Amino acid sequence: MNPRPDPNHLRVSDDGIAKGGVLLDVRNVSLAFGGVKAITDISLNVMKGEIRAIIGPNGAGKTSMLNVINGFYTPQLGTIVFRGKERRSMKPHQAVGQGIARTFQNVALFKGMSTLDNIMAGRSVMMKRHIGWQMLWHGPALREEIEHREKVEEIIDFLEIQHIRRTPVGKLPYGLQKRVELGRALAMEPTLLLLDEPMAGMNLEEKEDMSRFIIDVNQQRGTTIALIEHDMGVVMDLSDRVVVLDYGKKIADGPPDEVKNNQDVIDAYLGVPH
Amino acid sequence: MAHNTASTDTFAKYLLLNAERFRGRPAMRFKDYGIWQSWTWEEQLNEVRALALGLQTIGVKRGDKIAVIGANRPRLYWSFAAAQSLGAVPVPVYADSVADEMAYVLDHAEAKFAVVEDQEQVDKVLSVADRVPALTDLIYDEPRGLKDYDHTHLHDYGTLRETGLNRFAEEPGATEGWLDEVAQGKGSDLSVILYTSGTTGRPKGVMLSNDNFVRSALNGNGFDNLGENETTIAYLPLAWVGDHLFSYAQSYTAGYCVACPESPETINEDRREIAPTYFFAPPRVFETLLTSIMVRMEDAGRVKKAMFDYFLAHAGKVGERILNGETVSFWDRLKYQLGDFLVYGPLKNRIGLSRMRVGYTAGEAIGPELFSFYRSLGLNLKQLYGQTEATVYITAQADGKIRPDTVGLPSPEVEIKIADNGEVMYRSPGVFVGYYKNEEATRETKTADGWVHTGDAGFFDADGQLKIIDRAKDVGKLASGALFAPKYIENTLKFFPDIKEVVAFGHGRDFCAAFINIDLTAVGNWAERNNIAYASYQELAGHSQVYETIAAHVDEANRRLAREPLMAASQIKRFLVLHKELDADDGELTRTQKVRRSFIAERYGPLIEALYDGSTEKFVETEVTYEDGRKGIIRATVKVVDAKVHDAPKEMIREAAE
Repeated sequence: MNPRPDPNHLRVSDDGIAKGGVLLDVRNVSLAFGGVKAITDISLNVMKGEIRAIIGPNGAGKTSMLNVINGFYTPQLGTIVFRGKERRSMKPHQAVGQGIARTFQNVALFKGMSTLDNIMAGRSVMMKRHIGWQMLWHGPALREEIEHREKVEEIIDFLEIQHIRRTPVGKLPYGLQKRVELGRALAMEPTLLLLDEPMAGMNLEEKEDMSRFIIDVNQQRGTTIALIEHDMGVVMDLSDRVVVLDYGKKIADGPPDEVKNNQDVIDAYLGVPH
Repeated sequence: MAHNTASTDTFAKYLLLNAERFRGRPAMRFKDYGIWQSWTWEEQLNEVRALALGLQTIGVKRGDKIAVIGANRPRLYWSFAAAQSLGAVPVPVYADSVADEMAYVLDHAEAKFAVVEDQEQVDKVLSVADRVPALTDLIYDEPRGLKDYDHTHLHDYGTLRETGLNRFAEEPGATEGWLDEVAQGKGSDLSVILYTSGTTGRPKGVMLSNDNFVRSALNGNGFDNLGENETTIAYLPLAWVGDHLFSYAQSYTAGYCVACPESPETINEDRREIAPTYFFAPPRVFETLLTSIMVRMEDAGRVKKAMFDYFLAHAGKVGERILNGETVSFWDRLKYQLGDFLVYGPLKNRIGLSRMRVGYTAGEAIGPELFSFYRSLGLNLKQLYGQTEATVYITAQADGKIRPDTVGLPSPEVEIKIADNGEVMYRSPGVFVGYYKNEEATRETKTADGWVHTGDAGFFDADGQLKIIDRAKDVGKLASGALFAPKYIENTLKFFPDIKEVVAFGHGRDFCAAFINIDLTAVGNWAERNNIAYASYQELAGHSQVYETIAAHVDEANRRLAREPLMAASQIKRFLVLHKELDADDGELTRTQKVRRSFIAERYGPLIEALYDGSTEKFVETEVTYEDGRKGIIRATVKVVDAKVHDAPKEMIREAAE
């Protein structure tokens, strides 16, 4: 018999927050680099189970916001509450421990390593065996590796990248590299997945594929997603709620339809005559 | 054998038989989560029975049509057997059909149920459901993305299977009832309806009986000595008669194992891992394989490349003769052995054919050079000529009696005659029952005494081997009265790895001219190595250096045509490289990738005129259809180029004069 995994088993462990409860709450955060204010007094929240988009013109502070959320930057003012725990400063690896994973605007993979190894790398934070065991690669360490490999194969199957399992990532077209990067983030089994421009530089077909994967990640795996994206069509179709930043300030926040018709947003994107 | 197989006349009965006689032997393999999973015949019986018992609970009954749509997955093959065990008729549908084509087939077949692979196919079927009034329920294999769909008439395969397993374990009489249904099946019952993609008009539903398939499969098994030890890989469309025979009917009758690839993109890797002993591929696949080998070798080091070229040249000289058992000098044999160790062996391993005992190519004529290339490596590749209406076999080449330019001798139990107009006709136990709901077409194709028109023109040569020239209706005449067989010309050109598709024109014209499609893999790789930048297929196709390369190929093809007395008059005088790839989605190719000539002639009328009116370029707008049915427009200025025509070589003229 060849049991297939029940999709419900793919779900991320329950953390006590009901679907629709606040998973991440960013309160009055400000971030400046010297005199440059990247983020000014922004509050936003992400509900569990939703797809949340952060949009805005270039230099609006979107990526900075993501960096604040996953602990890469420490804001000068304000607090961040994730899964009910408040914190101001945190190291990125602690963010991973808490269940935040991300992908980058420019693909950040190990180019010389295969797809499989890249995604396995995403599991490394969960490998519990002592380094000595790992080096022996025998007994418990081997068993552990096999368990992780199973998880990785599930992800490979999920993202339909079986055909590039053994291909060095550097040889892959950009659209597939992006998918591998998503795979590595998923390997961390995050509660909150941050996607920085997941569709930048993709053609229409690749965008459609990626959109479908994002929706599937959200629905099948129950992962909450916060994403930055420039393609308005994609953002409006995918997300449950959209927050719009401009010059480091929040100018709109709400469901896509509402944001689309907001005069400030239209002005920020199209410019206003002075 | 202890069992009496004479009374085994349906595939469900074969399944029961195999579960006994081949109990622990593998019946099916499928690579899933990176690992080959296998099912023995006994387990395959469990799976099929579970699905059949599940299907009963949603109302599947004798005579119902069940559409099967998707890639080659075990569960879809099991749904064939499960449907047949209940007396229902599976109707496999090409999975890459656009919604409109699918709607036509589903509606024409009056499909009540559909077993589909995944969300994509569910969406496609649901989008046309209002045009298929008979359709009641959908069953899907892959649950991903379908959780929030309305499940009143949508069923998870896994759930149905579970229901079936429970019924088997607990419900008194359920299993006996099923066995009873199986016993009711007869050889004369309809086994499957296969829709032919058809080079003209709407697809026709070919009705094939259990007898058709069982007899053809047994004859095929006998002819090639296929037993339970074979392994094959299932990767061709489910809706194609060949796949139904090789991956289903022959597996059930011979008891061999069918391996399903992990995904359509991994087929090359998967074939390497499985190394099938019985392998079928249309010429296109062999072409693509050769192209990929040649492209890789272009990038190889100097020593490797020199070794490769040297031994391939040697194989070209003696390889086929060794395979045919002819006398070859000891020294040449020794060198061939060395070549096998250094080049042929690794090469065969690379393309996953190192265990291949019997290989077939059919569907289209294969280029003689291409055919000889594979045979010279020591691969027992043979040609087969068949049709859906014949349950595949019309002629096949027997081991040792192989010639690249014929399709072989009549298959067992097949009678062949050539009609007065040159058309090949046959009569056999595989001859189809009729076209579904199309009496008129049945009468046109099948005579009252069982002879079937193939639609192909051909003749028997001195050895009694059948030679096919072209589609009977495609063979024409140039204005000069010389024979014009477009496919022959096209195949001559298609052997060049740079050329993917050719459409030749010439009937009623002064000379022969051609549209050419470049092969993006081969030409793209060449462009990369030569630092030629291109953004799209269209740009590469129009590149002047590409034109030069293609012109050289056309010149070489003309030289070859000049050597054949019948064909010398149809050398290509003018050609152009098309600005887009011919595509089944645009109706230019059939789903089995055959050129639809009349459609292309209509669609590219202005370009054909440009070939004949002497102009050097032509601006065209072409509408294209994307897989989801949306349309777009491609604009291009296509260059038209002249080619040189050659005289017949001197020695031939002398020969003719003598």
